[in-house]
Amino acid sequence: MFAWQGKILRVNLSDGTIKAEPLNREYAEQYIGARGLGTKYFTEEVDPRVDPLSPENKVIIMTGPLTGTFAGSGGRYNVVTKGPLNGTIAASNSGGTFGPELKYAGWDGIIFEGRADSPVYLSIYNDQVELKSAAELWGQDVFATTDALKATMDEEAKVCCIGPAGENLVKYACIMNEYHRAAGRSGVGAVMGSKNLKAIVVKGTLGIVVEDPKAFMAAAIDARTKLREHPVSGEGLAAYGTNILVNILNEHGGLPVKNFSEAAVFPNAEKISGEYQTEKYLVRNKGCFGCTIGCGRVTDIPKGPFKSAGEGPEYEATWTFGSNLAVDDFEAICRANFLCNELGLDPITLGGTIACAIELVEKGIIPRATADLRWGDGAMLVDLVTKAAYREGFGDELAEGSYRLAEKYGYPEYSMTVKKQEMPAYDPRAQQGIGLNYATSNRGGCHVRGYMTSPEILGIPVKVDPDDTEGKPALLKLFQDLTALVDASGLCLFVTFAIGLPEIAAQLRTATGLDLSDDEYLLIGERIWNLERLFNLQAGFAAEDDTLPPRLLKEPMKGGPHAGKVVQLGIMLPEYYQLRGWNEQGIPTEAKLQELRLA
Amino acid sequence: MSKVLFVEPEKCTGCRSCELICSYIHAGEFNPLRSRISIIAFEKTGFSFPAVCQQCSVAACMEVCPVGAISVDDVTGAKIVNHAICLRCKMCTIACPFGATFYDADHDLIIKCDLCGGDPECVKHCPSGAISYREAKTANFNKRRANAEKFRDVMEEGR
Repeated sequence: MFAWQGKILRVNLSDGTIKAEPLNREYAEQYIGARGLGTKYFTEEVDPRVDPLSPENKVIIMTGPLTGTFAGSGGRYNVVTKGPLNGTIAASNSGGTFGPELKYAGWDGIIFEGRADSPVYLSIYNDQVELKSAAELWGQDVFATTDALKATMDEEAKVCCIGPAGENLVKYACIMNEYHRAAGRSGVGAVMGSKNLKAIVVKGTLGIVVEDPKAFMAAAIDARTKLREHPVSGEGLAAYGTNILVNILNEHGGLPVKNFSEAAVFPNAEKISGEYQTEKYLVRNKGCFGCTIGCGRVTDIPKGPFKSAGEGPEYEATWTFGSNLAVDDFEAICRANFLCNELGLDPITLGGTIACAIELVEKGIIPRATADLRWGDGAMLVDLVTKAAYREGFGDELAEGSYRLAEKYGYPEYSMTVKKQEMPAYDPRAQQGIGLNYATSNRGGCHVRGYMTSPEILGIPVKVDPDDTEGKPALLKLFQDLTALVDASGLCLFVTFAIGLPEIAAQLRTATGLDLSDDEYLLIGERIWNLERLFNLQAGFAAEDDTLPPRLLKEPMKGGPHAGKVVQLGIMLPEYYQLRGWNEQGIPTEAKLQELRLA
Repeated sequence: MSKVLFVEPEKCTGCRSCELICSYIHAGEFNPLRSRISIIAFEKTGFSFPAVCQQCSVAACMEVCPVGAISVDDVTGAKIVNHAICLRCKMCTIACPFGATFYDADHDLIIKCDLCGGDPECVKHCPSGAISYREAKTANFNKRRANAEKFRDVMEEGR
């Protein structure tokens, strides 16, 4: 096989057995890799009704065929499992160099099954694969764990691991690699924790060969050139990182404030912007593997109560700890973000949960005696990160996410979640398409399943009216299917600012030799989307779950450029189902399943 | 006229595009360990250093070679390994103070940067401009200028 390494590791944690399996070629040709291939293996092997934190759930780490090649921004791996935050199919991806290193060790992916009796880690040096005791690592944070595991092999080895949050089964714990990069959402780290699996350390010496090297290099160089020349991927993201979006979203009137309860305009946005970060705190830009963009930030807070250094914060963390909590102290936001990396927590869900808790306290629903929380308090925020990771005091309630918290106090409507996962940094009343995206995302509240901000605000690939609903279902379907293909290939989603289906398909075709047309490649994306949907339906989700919190459907935006707007989901959703080839219950029709070879 | 491969670590984002293109050009596969240029990453602090042969004028690798397998390219000045006579004794890898000449055990070859015959591929594909191929005499003039600008700004501010 070309581009794929042709081998999968199967690790049974219950009995300690490790097997090498040939990669299932049929699966690879129909689902490509990473998110797609991982989901195919997962859905073939795991009952959708499984308890996410039981030994019967599995965790699959999967790379794509372009991972570790010269494809620009081709360094991603995906973690596929059933997520404990909301019980949907979870596919959480991360950059850095861990995915490429796994391929250089000769493996396309790893399937973890069962549960170890005591903490273990997996050590991989090419074909030498061993489960070893992690007794001394358990309880250690991400940084200490990574240091210790590098010391067992060499400094160039790559480590992915969970921190205390994953061990403590925090419902939104992430899996971290190379200290700062995260497979962040859906609580994939808690699944690792439930299996007593602390970490994976990998070192490889093998190469990756593509099917048609000359044609592949031409396609990759074409894509890289476009990435380097595009104003977003070549200039904006390189200059200011993802935090370039703070001012853009704020000016648009779509930067959510105080748990989406106020006009989505934050008066002090400038103080948490990418421009401010760059001017005051930026040490250098950081790129993931093979990336021409380098949107990563190395940031240093040199002094004061929040003195710290690390990578980030990205736009999502800046928002969730910033305007969402009415915090305008960038240093506190940084410290909270770095702590999330060290302890292994998803900032989006943590910030969303804290925002929900503050609103419940402000409304008198949670007594101040239980949690004395308030808007705009950076020190309180930093304190709560650690409390959530270790489930200390009120942190134990925060560790369950905002839906369970709000439900416990009788007001689930104040949880700004879709399918119990917190929404990210775009108020959908200011852009209708992202509302439909949130409502239909296969992992619940999420922006990277169909990033409608791209056409609605950034005008990429075409500018559409953010307040309009017309044409949004069709555009979203295209974005969702293309994103699934990008995630399956091993590319970073950010490539889609500059390149589209033709460039992505050209790289896949020449790397793998899988001679499909552009449209047939896009159909693979649609197949992945529908496979995820089928899993969720079998897991118990239904059409009524394809919705948004009532606040966004009923409470008009209180001010800003989109004042008075609500999300017109009722107009968009039926058309979306129809375009998807799903019936009125949101279930794929037999004809659609036949077309996608899913029947 | 002689040119040098000039690295500016402070510009490097650690993306390893140089390793990918180098291993492809020289070995036909994507494999950082077969690249002539290596990114030494300090992951925790985010600092990355592109390590590559400096084509020393007094080249330890050449001097230590018992069979004269390393010679100077007339055009580029690169120190080139003649694999036909190389013994693979690895003395050059020991002698190189930078570790930039090394041994590829899987293919039994001594490997080091050959400047791609005068058109280094890593330079073309470095997205952050951390690697350039410049006239040796003026290679670091940009640093002089940057320093001078800083000095000027300080002095003019104080005026």
